[in-house]
Amino acid sequence: MDFIAILSIFVLACFVGYYVVWSVTPALHTPLMAVTNAISSVIVVGALIAGASSAGWSSWLGLAAIVLASINIFGGFAVTARMLAMFKRKDR
Amino acid sequence: MERHGLPDWALIAYLVSGVLFILALRGLSSPTSSRRGNRLGMAGMGIAVLTTLLTQAPIPPGHWWPRPTPDDLVTLAKIVGAIGLGAVVGLTIARRIQMTAMPQLVAAFHSLVGLAAVLVGIAAYLDPGAFGILDAPGVIDPLSRVELGLGVAIGAITFSGSVIAFAKLNGNMSGAPILLPARHVINLGTVAVILGLTAYFTQDQAPWVFVTITALSFLIGFLLIVPIGGADMPVVVSMLNSYSGWAAAAMGFTLHNTAMIITGALVGSSGAILSYIMCKAMNRSFVSVIAGGFGTENGGGAGPDQDGRGERIERPWKRGSAEDAAFLLSQAEQVIIIPGYGMAVAQAQHVLREMGDLLKAEGVRVKYAIHPVAGRMPGHMNVLLAEANVPYDEVFELEDIQGEFAQTDVAFIIGANDVVNPAAKTDKSSPIYGMPVFDVEKAKTVMFIKRSMSGVGYAGVDNEVFYMDQTMMLLADAKKMVEDIVKSLQH
Repeated sequence: MDFIAILSIFVLACFVGYYVVWSVTPALHTPLMAVTNAISSVIVVGALIAGASSAGWSSWLGLAAIVLASINIFGGFAVTARMLAMFKRKDR
Repeated sequence: MERHGLPDWALIAYLVSGVLFILALRGLSSPTSSRRGNRLGMAGMGIAVLTTLLTQAPIPPGHWWPRPTPDDLVTLAKIVGAIGLGAVVGLTIARRIQMTAMPQLVAAFHSLVGLAAVLVGIAAYLDPGAFGILDAPGVIDPLSRVELGLGVAIGAITFSGSVIAFAKLNGNMSGAPILLPARHVINLGTVAVILGLTAYFTQDQAPWVFVTITALSFLIGFLLIVPIGGADMPVVVSMLNSYSGWAAAAMGFTLHNTAMIITGALVGSSGAILSYIMCKAMNRSFVSVIAGGFGTENGGGAGPDQDGRGERIERPWKRGSAEDAAFLLSQAEQVIIIPGYGMAVAQAQHVLREMGDLLKAEGVRVKYAIHPVAGRMPGHMNVLLAEANVPYDEVFELEDIQGEFAQTDVAFIIGANDVVNPAAKTDKSSPIYGMPVFDVEKAKTVMFIKRSMSGVGYAGVDNEVFYMDQTMMLLADAKKMVEDIVKSLQH
């Protein structure tokens, strides 16, 4: 993919993000932050590539980044699930 | 094909993962769909990780068949080990964390994303071949250098900024702003140097340029957050949320990865919108928050002793007991409870819900009203009330409940102060002037739980509500007071 294609995806995704986030109910803004935190750890993709690098330093940096990103992924989704499980209606 | 040589199915898999992330956020439009949304987010992450493992790491194309080399298997084992270690730590934290500590946790998580981005950026700089960003042997593509520079810079700012935010929220560091002389000049200068060096990086990929960009970015993240006071932390946490997204997006540009770019854009806009909502709810401009200094003696308006009107101490106010409060509450038709951060500090949410239940049993309509900036992060109060089993359909936002105070018998304020201060509506000289506040003065009775008459809100301003005829001050620890009210209601 060339740079312009990537940039187009990025710009369109910003608009999607804008409208999607405004539709989030204010009551769930804390879970929103927790889950955006978890998904921004998709940076683990870069960490995995580095972790598999044959260059020594890169691979150790990559492995460290994998640990950090994984803490975030597992922690972020789990804590979001924990919060969301608490939001109940009156009749239950 | 394109330069990373990824198969088409992998590109589509990354796109699917990006779409699942969009759906994860979309799910949060209501509590009922939110749990499914969260699961879709997990699926998206799983797809992104598996796709990467299968196509780029740890086994280079062609090695799966006939079979991976022993070296490949060692690498794979290390990676799986790293993921496992992260999973154990992450899940343990997620299970143990107190809901009141959620703002610190989110700040800590932001710092991890930032640091991971920096590490990935450095790894890419050291081994550009693995990331497919080489123009010629040993020469990184100039555009990729900009993306790399920006990615590392934003990641480093996110990291050091979040560490400071964590320390302030967690009480390891005073919430008071620390003001360096000429800080605006220093900050703007540092940002200019970082941008200049990033531009220069396209001409010269020497290590010193890259290292200086990284080091200065760590520094600026620290300098940016240190002068911002505790009351503005909701904005800071949202802003860092946004930064962590932009860091992921910058890395996505480097790797030409759709999932990372979509995610970066989503998270970036999410944090930006939350910062905007917080600023609007405090009637502060984003620039003034970032400039810092709010909540200090010189910046935060008059404290109790320096009150310009000088009449504060002598003004009459009424004190009530738990029994008085219980009687009035049980006679009411409608009670609106306004919780603030003080409720969270006192851990009074559970006993508060118990009080609500007792009142409901007596036929009182109980509603909870939450100000956008109540708590230390957006939506924090909602989570605390949900934790205490308050049904979410009894909890209302400011604009949805504002019109109801005139038909309300008791406005019950617990641990909040600035968000009910009418000075925000009337006193142009007040530091909180223009901030939307609850019209509690329209309620027949106002009950105000406060530890003592001496403390003032975060903004450091006196509150007219204390001295109104219909106000009953309940001076005690919030939890103790509500427990006493519950006891009286049970008799």
